[in-house]
Amino acid sequence: MLNYIIRRILYAIPILIGVNLITFALFFVVNTPDDMARMHLGTKHVTDEAILKWKQDRGYDKPLLYNPVAQGRQKLTDTIFFEKSLAMFAFDFGRADDGRDIAHEIKTRMWPSLAIALPVFFLGLLAYITFALVMVFFRATYVDFWGVVICVAMMSISSLFYIIGGQFLISKLWHLVPVSGYGGGLDAGRFLVLPIIVGVISSAGANTRWYRTIFLEEMNKEYVRTARSKGLPESLVLFRHVLKNAMIPILTGVVVVIPLLFLGGLIIESFFGIPGLGSYTIDAIHSQDFAVVRAMVFLGSLLYIIGLVMTDISYTLVDPRVRLE
Amino acid sequence: MQPDYVYRFPILLLFSCFSMGVGKGWRYGLFFLVILLTACTDVWNNPYPEADSGKNILYNAFVERPKHLDPVQSYSSNEITFTAQIYQPPLQYHYLKRPFTLIPQTALSMPVVRYYNANDEQLPANAASAEIHYSVYEISIKPGILYQPHPAFAKDVQANLLYHALTVQDTQSVYKLSDFEHSGTRELVAADYIYQIKRLAHPRLHSPIYGLMADYLVGLRELADTLRKVDRQMPADDFLDLREFSLSGVELVDDYTYRIRIKGKYPQFMYWLAMPFFAPVPWEVDRFFSQSGLAERNLTLDWYPVGTGPYMLTQNDPNRIMVLERNPNFAGEFYPYEGMPEDEERGLLRDAGRPLPLIDKVVFSRERESIPRWNKFLQGYYDASGIGSDSFDQAVQITGQGEAIVTDDMAAQGIRLETAVAPSTYYMGFNMLDPIVGGRTQQERASARKLRQAISIAVDYEEYISIFANGRGIPAQGPIPPGIEGYREGLAGLNPTVYEWREDRPQRKSIELARALLAEAGYPRGVDRKTGKPLVLYFDVTARSADDKSILDWMRKQFRKLNIQLVVRSTDYNRFQDKIRKGNAQIFEWGWNADYPDPENFLFLLYGPQRKVGNNGENAANYDNAEYNQLFEQMKNMEPGPQRARIIDRMVAILREDAPWLWGFHPLDFALYHAWYENVKPNRLGYNNIKYWRIDPVLREQKRREWNEPVLWPIGTAFAVLGIFLAPAWFAYRRRELSQSLSGRAT
Repeated sequence: MLNYIIRRILYAIPILIGVNLITFALFFVVNTPDDMARMHLGTKHVTDEAILKWKQDRGYDKPLLYNPVAQGRQKLTDTIFFEKSLAMFAFDFGRADDGRDIAHEIKTRMWPSLAIALPVFFLGLLAYITFALVMVFFRATYVDFWGVVICVAMMSISSLFYIIGGQFLISKLWHLVPVSGYGGGLDAGRFLVLPIIVGVISSAGANTRWYRTIFLEEMNKEYVRTARSKGLPESLVLFRHVLKNAMIPILTGVVVVIPLLFLGGLIIESFFGIPGLGSYTIDAIHSQDFAVVRAMVFLGSLLYIIGLVMTDISYTLVDPRVRLE
Repeated sequence: MQPDYVYRFPILLLFSCFSMGVGKGWRYGLFFLVILLTACTDVWNNPYPEADSGKNILYNAFVERPKHLDPVQSYSSNEITFTAQIYQPPLQYHYLKRPFTLIPQTALSMPVVRYYNANDEQLPANAASAEIHYSVYEISIKPGILYQPHPAFAKDVQANLLYHALTVQDTQSVYKLSDFEHSGTRELVAADYIYQIKRLAHPRLHSPIYGLMADYLVGLRELADTLRKVDRQMPADDFLDLREFSLSGVELVDDYTYRIRIKGKYPQFMYWLAMPFFAPVPWEVDRFFSQSGLAERNLTLDWYPVGTGPYMLTQNDPNRIMVLERNPNFAGEFYPYEGMPEDEERGLLRDAGRPLPLIDKVVFSRERESIPRWNKFLQGYYDASGIGSDSFDQAVQITGQGEAIVTDDMAAQGIRLETAVAPSTYYMGFNMLDPIVGGRTQQERASARKLRQAISIAVDYEEYISIFANGRGIPAQGPIPPGIEGYREGLAGLNPTVYEWREDRPQRKSIELARALLAEAGYPRGVDRKTGKPLVLYFDVTARSADDKSILDWMRKQFRKLNIQLVVRSTDYNRFQDKIRKGNAQIFEWGWNADYPDPENFLFLLYGPQRKVGNNGENAANYDNAEYNQLFEQMKNMEPGPQRARIIDRMVAILREDAPWLWGFHPLDFALYHAWYENVKPNRLGYNNIKYWRIDPVLREQKRREWNEPVLWPIGTAFAVLGIFLAPAWFAYRRRELSQSLSGRAT
C-alpha cells in the first residue's frame, strides 16, 4: 500500500503543475499585469510611471512564460510563471497584493471555515443517512413517498433561499440567534448555530435521495434476503448489513470532500459574515489578486488529490477484498 | 411586553412531556437544552459581547476590507473612514458650515501663503498668476499635541527607544502590537509633517498622488529619483531613513513651523492639506515597522496606523471586525459653537463647546451582504444604514410635494432620514475622437455637436432618477454639482441646450426639437443621409448583473425615440478601461467624486491636456476646446470671486453648447439613523466626523431589548411537529418488527 501511496503522490506533481499552468493562463488571459496594477492603484491620478513601479515591485514586469532576452535556463526561470507559481510547491504562497502574508491568512481563516464545514459535514452525514434508511425502511409507504417528494422539493430550491429564509425566520422574526457575525473562542457557537442548520438543510434533499438510492440497490441483494431469512429484525438488517455494504459508494462521494472542508463555503460565509477561506477567495477574485487566487487554487487541487488518496485508503478499511497495489 | 416565563413555562412543560417518551440520554440532553435556553439573557440575537451592552460604543458596518491604512497610500473612501479618525493633517473642513470651509486642525491658524517671482522677490497677494514663480505655504502647528500610545515610542530608563533593535527572538512571540509590554508617546513636531511629505516619493510605497504632487511640489521628483537610486543599492528590507535626504521644496523653520514650496500658483493645494496624505508620520514609527520579522506577522504601518487623532485602531481584523478606541492622549478640540442657521433648530449645536470625541469606541463589523446588514440595522445592532434599492420602499416614502420621508414603520421605530447632495456627478460621455459622435473635419464636428445635443434632449434623466435611483438624484445642468462654486440654482443655472424654463422650473425640451437637431446633423428620422443606412451607435458599459438589464433596455428606448439603434457593448472593467484609454469607446458611462470642493476638480475633467488618449489624463471624453482650455488655465489659479465666477460661467456655457457629456445627475445620499444617534450632518468631503457624533447608549439598550425579545414558541412547535411525524412512524416500526418476529416471515 505504501508503494501505491507514494506513486499517487508522485502522480500529483504533474497534475498540480498542470492546474497551476491552467490557472495562470486563465488568469492572465482575463487580467494583464497592467490591469492588476490599475485595480490596486485605483482610478484617480494613476500614471504610467506608478503602474510600472507597482509591477516592478511585485515582479509582474517580467514576461509571462518565456523570457527571450534572458540567458540559458533563465529564459524559463526569469518569468512570472516560474517565480510566482512554482514556489508554491515549497508551500511558499508569498504575499497578497495588499502586502499581507497569504500563509498567515490561510492559517487564520481555515478555523472559521472548519467551524462551519465540519459540523455541517458530520451532522449532515448522520441526518441524511438516517433519513435515507428510514425511507428505505418504510419503502413503498406514504413515508417513503412523501419523503421523496419533500427531497425533490428541497433539491429544487436554491441554497440562497435557505440562507435568507433562515435568517428571516430564526434571526429576524424569532430573534433566537444573531443574523450574522462571528466571535472568538466559545462565543463563536451562537453565530454558528444558524449557518450549520442552514448548511445541513440546504443539502438534505439531494443527499438523502442519493443515499436512499444506494440503500435500495443494496436491499435487493442476496445477503439481505439471507439476513432476513435468519429472522433478523429489519432495523438490524438495515443498520448492520445494508449500511456496511453500502459504505463503498458512500465513501466514494464523502471522503474526497473531507480535505476540501478547509476551504469553506463561498455563499454561506459571505451571508453569515464568517471570516473563512471561502470569503477570502471571493474577495481575491473581486480584487484581481492573482497571488491569493493561485494559492487557493493550488491548495484546492492539492486537497482534492489528498481526498482521492484518502478515498482509496478508506476502501481497504471497509472492504477487505480491496488491495492497493 | 410579556414576561419571559409566559414563553418559557410552556416550552419547559412541552419538553418535559416529550422527554417522558424518549430514552434517558435524550431526556438529559433536552433538559440541559431547556436549562441552557432559559438561562440565557433576555436578548439572544445580540452579535456583540454582553459586557459591551449600554456602553458608549458606536456600531457600524463595512463592506470592503481596506487595502491601505498608510496615509501616503490610502485614497479610497472605505479607507479614509479609518485613517481620517487617526491621522491629523494640518487642516480640516468645518463640520457644520456650508459651503465647505477649511479650518485649522493641528495648525495654529490657516497657513500663510506668499508668492515669489523668478528672482525670489515676494509678490503681493493679488499678483497675476503668470508672474508667480513659486508659492510658499507656511504652517505653524499647535504645541503640546501627543501621539497615541505606541511601542515605537517606548523608552527605557536611559531614554533609549526600547523596541528599535528587535532580534528574531524578540519578534517570535509577537503577533499583535499589544504583545509589546511597553508603549510610549511623544509630542507632534513639524518635522513629522516633513517626513510624511518625503514619503510621497518613497520608492517602496505607491502614493496615488505622487504623480500629481511631483508636478507642483518643488524637488519631489528629484527626491524620488535619488531615493530610487539609493534603494536599489540597499538590501530589500532595510530601513530607508528619509531624514537623511533633503527635499528642496520643504523647509523646517522651528519645532512647530514648516514651509512648503509649490511651483507657480496652486490655490487648490490648501485642500490637499486637509487630506491624510499630508498628515504627520513620526520617523520612529517608520523605523519600528521596518524591522525584520514584523512584516512577516503583518505588523506594518499600512496595517496599524499611528496618529495624533481622536481615535486609534486597537483591533484590525478586516475579515471580521475593526475597532477604533478613544486616543487617551487626544485633547484640546471642542464641538463647534457655530454652524448654519438651521443647525440650531436641528439640535446640531446642542453639544457646542463639549470636548471631542463624544463616543468612546467605534466597532466596524464586516458585512458583505445587504440583507443581513439591513436586518441588523432594524434590530438596532447597527446605528445607521444606507438604503439599498430592495429595501427602499420599506424605508422611504415620497410625499405629494416630492419630499422623501421615512415610512410609518420606520418612524414608529424612531428612525430618521438624512439626505444630502453628494459632490459627485454621474454622466454619459461621448468620445470626441470618434468620427460620428465627435467628428474629424470642421463640418463633421458641427454635425456631431447637433447629434450630441439631440441625444442630450432625448435621454430623459428625470425618468432615469425616478425609476432606477428611487428619486435619489438631481438632474445635472452641467459638470459642477451643488455646493461647489460655479453651481447655480434656478434659471441662472439652466442648461439651455437641453432644458427650457417653464412653470418656474426647468423642463426638458420636446423630442420634436431633438428630432429636428438630428435631421440637421444629417440623420433625418435616424437615417444617415449620406449612406441611407440607419444610424447605429455603440454604448460601452462594464459587465452588468441581470438586474441592470432593465437600465440598458431603458437606455435603448431613449435612443429609439430618435430612431437611433443603440448597441450595448458590455465588457469587464479592465477591458472597458482599456477601451477608454485607447479611445475605442463611442458612448460610455462614468462618474466623478470630488477630491475637494473647488470647480477646478470637475472642470479639469474636460480640459484638453488631460485627455485619456495620448496623455493618460482624466478627460475620458477626449474633449479639446481651445477657448475652454485657455479659460481653464486662467481660472484654476484664481481665488474665488466675481471674476473667477464669470470665467466658470463661460466655461460651463461652452460645455453645454458642445455637449461632450450627457450631464446625467448628481446623486442624493439617503441614510437612516436610529433615534439614539445625534449630531449627524452629512459631509462627503470631510471624513473625520466621528468625533462629533453622539449616541445615547441607554436608549439604544432599551430599544434593543424591546425589539429583540426571543420568540420561543417555534422551538416547542418544531419539537411537537417532529413528534407528531415520528410517532406514527415509531408505532409502524414497532408493529412491523413485532409482526415479523411473530410470523417469522421474510419479505
